[in-house]
Amino acid sequence: MKQKHTAKVLSQREIAPDIFDMWIETPLAADAKPGQFLGIYPKDKSTLLPRPISICETDAGQARLRIVYRIAGAGTREFSGYRVGDCISVLGNLGNGFPLEQGTGKKVFLMGGGIGVPPILELAKRLEAEKQIVAGYRDSSLFLKEDLEKYGTVYVATEDGSAGTKGNVMDAIAENGLGAEVVFACGPMPMLRAVKAYACQHGIPAYISLEEHMACGVGACLGCVVKTKEIDHHSHVHNARICTDGPVFEAQEVEL
Amino acid sequence: MNTQVTIAGVTLKNPVMTASGTFGSGMEYSEFVDLNRLGAVVTKGVANVPWPGNPTPRVAEVYGGMLNAIGLQNPGIDVFLERDIPFLKQYDTKIIVNVCGKTVEDYVDVVERLGEEQAVAMLEINVSCPNVKEGAIAFGQKADNLYDITKEVKRHARQPVIMKLSPNVTDIAEMAKAAEAAGADALSLINTITGMKIDIHKRRFALANKTGGMSGPAIKPIAVRMVYQAAHAVRIPVIGMGGIANAEDAVEFLLAGASAVSIGAMNFVDPYTSAEVVEGIGRYMEQYHVEDVTDLIGAVDR
Repeated sequence: MKQKHTAKVLSQREIAPDIFDMWIETPLAADAKPGQFLGIYPKDKSTLLPRPISICETDAGQARLRIVYRIAGAGTREFSGYRVGDCISVLGNLGNGFPLEQGTGKKVFLMGGGIGVPPILELAKRLEAEKQIVAGYRDSSLFLKEDLEKYGTVYVATEDGSAGTKGNVMDAIAENGLGAEVVFACGPMPMLRAVKAYACQHGIPAYISLEEHMACGVGACLGCVVKTKEIDHHSHVHNARICTDGPVFEAQEVEL
Repeated sequence: MNTQVTIAGVTLKNPVMTASGTFGSGMEYSEFVDLNRLGAVVTKGVANVPWPGNPTPRVAEVYGGMLNAIGLQNPGIDVFLERDIPFLKQYDTKIIVNVCGKTVEDYVDVVERLGEEQAVAMLEINVSCPNVKEGAIAFGQKADNLYDITKEVKRHARQPVIMKLSPNVTDIAEMAKAAEAAGADALSLINTITGMKIDIHKRRFALANKTGGMSGPAIKPIAVRMVYQAAHAVRIPVIGMGGIANAEDAVEFLLAGASAVSIGAMNFVDPYTSAEVVEGIGRYMEQYHVEDVTDLIGAVDR
């Protein structure tokens, strides 16, 4: 059941340049799944639409939920100014989430690139499998790396070569001679295209999380669609809704 | 206290509807809003066959509102009749189906299919979507074209016909009169205002379609003005919309001459908006001792 709630800010800190780590108190934490996201509303009425932000970690028992986000515009800039005790409007839990059952007990890649790293944390926490976590960054600001290390072996790639493998997540798996039976990934489009090609070449499934500009976040406005191989069940036109049919899709089912 | 309004012989329990394209067929928002509380649900535009819509990005935020260029993606009338109408029939609200097309024949096709469906209370004809190249707005920007399509739709329609007008015209009163002269039973306005946004960092259009329709609170004063002008130009009822965010905004449209109002983009901002507007109108009526909501219609001139 999706709901709009008022959540309370419990903590906020900048963990890398323009990357913020915020814990909020919300009952949405109770049934949040890895790969789902929240719609967070700026208070400034000139910026009306909810910002889709992935769920990074949950602490269901304490009704605490963590988001790690990058300042990308006016809305996220406003979020970065919130302080402990501030109240924010949150719509959730949105989207389908990663299909954990597809990876249980298998040798898996959990791949995150840039601001696509955060949802990989909760996934790594919940998935029971042989986890090879591959995280790609721009530079040596390796946010969430220590958190990820609690749940699997972490391989790092950086664009500038300042840490781990120089290059992207695909370069990291090549350099380390890694293989897997299933891939879970979230990151920028070029990375997801590479993941899709890799999965196709190795004949393994890849569950990738997509993003797109959204308005409603609940499947009504049809703003955030992705071309699909099969006819979609909503509009019957090969256009799935990223907010509700996704954001996680099997890579071979979508055109990137 | 009476909150009922009657439009073209159809009585709504209150004057609050949802604007086409912002509420799907009600399914997605039924998790948030009890659809029984709404005067009517106006569905997203439906064509005779499925339409894929435009490439992404389809939406962009602008100051106090948004641009969209969805391009009327819809599953076509077959799926709509099989899935969406049965869903909406479960609720005690009026069903108004928005109809889109590329040619007059397309519109007539859908209108005829809907004529067999008793549960559909009214038809809203979309001749004002700025985001599709053929049909739609091409019929809604010239009075002669609007007259012709209205006449043709009326000839085939079994339900009352609402013509949804575009604000992207020089003289809204002339358009309103043309629709009325051709037999329209009611008018709804405004559809979105054509706009554009450019990302200066990427030096690219924010929307793949380059232009999009602007909606949201920023367009409300334009909408109020046009509703006022249209309501004064015709005798048929006018349904007002454009940036309504709360009951105060809704009352403003009623005072300007609207017989009912629709909530559009604000559904995206707060999924509970439509139900809250219903409640808020009731509170306004209590506060100002208004016995009958119809006393508010056009009251700014009285």
